[in-house]
Amino acid sequence: MNKLNELKCTFPARSENEGFARTMVCAFAAQLNPTIEELADLRTAVSEAVTNSIVHGYRGRTDGVIAVTVRLLPDDVIYIRIADRGCGIADVPKAMEPLYSSAPAEERAGLGFTVMESFTDKLSVSSKVDKGTTVIMRKKIRHESDSTED
Amino acid sequence: MVELKQEPQKLTAFLCGELDHHHVKEIRETVDFAVREQLPPLVILDFSKVTFMDSSGIGLIMGRSHLMEEYGGVLEIHNPSAHIRKVLRISGTDRLAVIRNQANGRGMARYEQAQ
Repeated sequence: MNKLNELKCTFPARSENEGFARTMVCAFAAQLNPTIEELADLRTAVSEAVTNSIVHGYRGRTDGVIAVTVRLLPDDVIYIRIADRGCGIADVPKAMEPLYSSAPAEERAGLGFTVMESFTDKLSVSSKVDKGTTVIMRKKIRHESDSTED
Repeated sequence: MVELKQEPQKLTAFLCGELDHHHVKEIRETVDFAVREQLPPLVILDFSKVTFMDSSGIGLIMGRSHLMEEYGGVLEIHNPSAHIRKVLRISGTDRLAVIRNQANGRGMARYEQAQ
C-alpha cells in the first residue's frame, strides 16, 4: 500500500472518546481540503465504528483498547482502519443488515454499518469471535476548489 | 445538552451539541421524564443547535416515537441541518416523525419536499 501520510492512535474504549476519535480523523483528512459534507460523512462513519467497538465489542468491559489508523493514499483516498480486540461478531452479514441490532433495548437503531456504508466509498468488516473486529473504510476526497470554482 | 419548554398541549426539547452515543443517554432521560409527567399531545425535538448526529440520534428519535405511540401523541422534528437530514434519510425516520423547518414559516410536511 503506497501511503503518503499516516496517523496511528490507540485509546481506551470509553464513550467520551467517541468525539475525540472522529475529530482526530477529520483533522488528518483536512490536508486534502475536503468539503464540509465530506468531513461530516467521515465524522459520522468513524463515530459509528468506534461506538460499535465500545457498545458491542467491549460490552461489559472497561479495559478495552481501540486502535485507529488513518492513511492518505494516492488519488486523494482516505483510508480508515478501526480495530478492537473485543468479543467479535459471529455473523457479520447479519450484523450488517439495516435495522438489525443485538441491543435494541438500549435504543441502538441497528444502522451503524448502514451509515458507514452510505457515507464512505468502500467498507470491509472482518471479525473473529473472542478475537475482535476490524473495520476498514475508504473514501475519495474531492478538492473543495473543484466544486466551488467558476 | 437539552433545554425543555413546557406549554399547554406541547413539549419542546431544544437539543444542543453533539448527538452521539455518549451524549444521548442524558437527553433521553431528561426528555422522557418530562413526557411521562406531562403526556403532551405534541412533542417537538428541535435540532437547530445540534452540530453532529450519528445513528445514536436515530435511536433517540425511534425510542421517543415508540413512547409517543403508547399514549397517542405526535412527534415532530424541527430544523435539522443538511447533515442531519442525510442521516434521517438513510434511516427512513420520516416514517416515525413529521419533520419541519420553521425558518420558512408554514413548515414542510416531509423533509423530501425541501430537498
